[in-house]
Amino acid sequence: MNRKPLLLLLNNAPIGLFLLVFAVFGSLSAKFLDPQNLLNILLQSSATSIVAIGMTFVLLTAGVDLSVGSVMFVAVAVAGKLIFHGQPMWVGFAAAIGVGMIAGAVNAFFITRLRIVAFIVTLAMLFVARGFGLWLTKTRAMNMPDDVTQLGSSQLLGIPGPVFVFVLICLVAHVVLTRTQFGRQIYAVGQDADAARKAGINVTGILFATYVICGFCAAASGLVSLTQTGAVSPSFGDKKEFIAIAATVLGGTSLFGGRGSVFPGAVLGAVLIQTVENGLVIINANPYVYPLVTSGIIFLAVLIDCLRGQLLAKLNRRRIYATA
Amino acid sequence: MTIARNDIRADEPSALRFEGISKSFFGVKVLKGVSFSVPAGHTLGLVGENGAGKSTLMNILGGNLLSDGGEMILAGAAYRPTAPQDARAAGIAFVHQELNLFSNLSLAENLFLTDFPTTGGLIRRSTINQRTTVLLDEVGLKLPPDTLVERLSAGERQLVEIAKALSIEPRLIILDEPTTSLTARETEHLFALLGRLRERGIALIYISHALQDVRRLCDDVVVLRDGEVVGQGARTELTVERMISLMVGREIAQLFPKRKATPADQAVLVVRGISQPGIVRDISLDVRAGEVVGIAGLMGSGRTELARILFGLDPMERGSIEINGVPIDTLSPRERVTAGLAFLTESRRDEGLCMDASIADNLTLAAAAKRTTGPAGWLDRQALHSDVDRIRRSVTLTATARNEQPVKTLSGGNQQKVVLAKWLLNEPRVFILDEPTRGIDVGAKFEVYSLINQLAERGAGVLMISSEIAELIGMCDRILVMSRGAIRDEIHRHEFDRERILKAALHDGELAGKGLET
Repeated sequence: MNRKPLLLLLNNAPIGLFLLVFAVFGSLSAKFLDPQNLLNILLQSSATSIVAIGMTFVLLTAGVDLSVGSVMFVAVAVAGKLIFHGQPMWVGFAAAIGVGMIAGAVNAFFITRLRIVAFIVTLAMLFVARGFGLWLTKTRAMNMPDDVTQLGSSQLLGIPGPVFVFVLICLVAHVVLTRTQFGRQIYAVGQDADAARKAGINVTGILFATYVICGFCAAASGLVSLTQTGAVSPSFGDKKEFIAIAATVLGGTSLFGGRGSVFPGAVLGAVLIQTVENGLVIINANPYVYPLVTSGIIFLAVLIDCLRGQLLAKLNRRRIYATA
Repeated sequence: MTIARNDIRADEPSALRFEGISKSFFGVKVLKGVSFSVPAGHTLGLVGENGAGKSTLMNILGGNLLSDGGEMILAGAAYRPTAPQDARAAGIAFVHQELNLFSNLSLAENLFLTDFPTTGGLIRRSTINQRTTVLLDEVGLKLPPDTLVERLSAGERQLVEIAKALSIEPRLIILDEPTTSLTARETEHLFALLGRLRERGIALIYISHALQDVRRLCDDVVVLRDGEVVGQGARTELTVERMISLMVGREIAQLFPKRKATPADQAVLVVRGISQPGIVRDISLDVRAGEVVGIAGLMGSGRTELARILFGLDPMERGSIEINGVPIDTLSPRERVTAGLAFLTESRRDEGLCMDASIADNLTLAAAAKRTTGPAGWLDRQALHSDVDRIRRSVTLTATARNEQPVKTLSGGNQQKVVLAKWLLNEPRVFILDEPTRGIDVGAKFEVYSLINQLAERGAGVLMISSEIAELIGMCDRILVMSRGAIRDEIHRHEFDRERILKAALHDGELAGKGLET
């Protein structure tokens, strides 16, 4: 029974890792624990968190969306183009959100109606959306007018704009997943789609909605990122799908569906990844080391999750007779 | 379509009436004008071999299939469901053999998954918890409503399924083999519950191969064969023997086929002193060539655990295992297969078969390694093909089943034959069979028994684990009785005695039988 504390530790592995990362960087550099830097970490992780939140919806149904990075790009490309040609900012932003949701709906259509594997459909969307965006921007970077970046440094109720958007989306997503019928049905579909269908759940509708939500989040994340960087470059959102999936899994969401959360789950994972990058910058680490450290941490998280599963199985094994 | 729930007409004697229901698949008639009725507050037993049309009929009732002809009258009004939701709305609830609970959700969430009470879109947690507590109370489960289903035992899950059925305030509940995964105590509990439901005026259709249970529980029995009602009547008129003969269309003279060969002297499986703390202690046994040795014991006595250890799936701390004099205790399951061991698991659906793969692919799964040619290990398709044909002839699968057909489309009995046949290609020396006839019908059981005898006649040793004492007595040369992880008794064929077996199984004060059908 001395395995119980170990299990408790493994169960809270993401939080443990989080504290560990803080302790390590905190001891390496005093600047790291500076409140201003902590706020910076939150600001830097806003965009990643939002994509990861959308990804959580999809992963919960045992699906995957590889196109989020490209969808971020094409959404801000459309927004940027409109704003560049004198449209008001809100028109550009609304158009970006619309593009994200349409991309999600197209993914959903192929996945639910034509029954093509999500991996393939969204991989295709990854190239289509990126290609469309490049054509739209003629592969040139576009600098946004100042009022876009002003939005990024604005404050709402004393909270920086990007963090405000991130917290708002996180809150809504969390409530949807834990407190609404739709949310609970997502978990049911992810656990066993066949059983869900038999139970009278509209499985197609649920799957469709998760991809649209994921597209929405990708676009929203792109916009948040746009207000922070102020430019649409051809590599905008590149490889974000991997960060998003890594963050979600890091936060304890299963790739096989049915298990996971937005909060703490995906958000914790995203902030953790960002914290590591931030810490590496602060301690002046060699930039080439960044991906190695980040992937090391992701590996550790997955390993811990695996060990936890094995230990649980062992603890729950039935005993035939009592042993001393 | 919906029917108002509370319009049960007093003058309508039946809760549900089938009138001439017929259905064909691809020109093959599977239901040929089925008519019978279920009075309100009655329990109707529906029995028949696998493939007799029970499932098709229930699928029509549940709105999963449309009938080609005939009609259903529910509480005096015509009932034509086109979707599962229609059945729900009409007050018909199903409790399926395979449990449809979501293990990652709580009890309460499972009960209200498709109609949560909400305020402004948010689930009213307190309301569902309250209502769940009431429903769980009715089925006699004392658990907090927010307990995750993954923490429940199979029996508890079955009760939750029934609570779920009750949540729609049904007038008719269909139970499909509800006792297969239950212990004897849980079964008793379930029967008491069903009695209470009946008193409330709820009609029940009880589908089962456990004919004793059907006889005990049901007011009336309907026997289906080849899509026709071949017998119906009050429980008093239909004995178990009569039901069986109606089901198979012939009197079964003997439930267990005779074995032609006698066991040899030489042991093929020798087990000495196997122990694993908390699981099994000091197990020693021999199985001779051509011998069928039974292992009896209550559920949770360590039978299945022993089988898993023998096959190398679980570790053992001490002891030795030999096949044909060759020690195998350090080998992996795969190497044990090569050494001549075969293992049929308790749950063929989860562990024994690839449900989506074809019959042929499943058959060749265990033997494919032997049919490779050249250094690259290409599969010799032709050899595999002739293997499949040879094996299929020996196990007599349903004639219509093609080699390419996915295994999941077969009946339980045919699936089990595929599992057995899969191992035949390897010509193993020792078979470990865990509950080889669970959930399959009388006719298929007889065929599985014949197949087991064939294995023994060919010189294999068979270790057969079963909850049905009658089956062990009918099939085995020797029976070992396990309790609390140890072998308590060894009984030879000439001294077989049901009572003695039970007594050993209930060893050291563990009264109240669990999982033994006597």
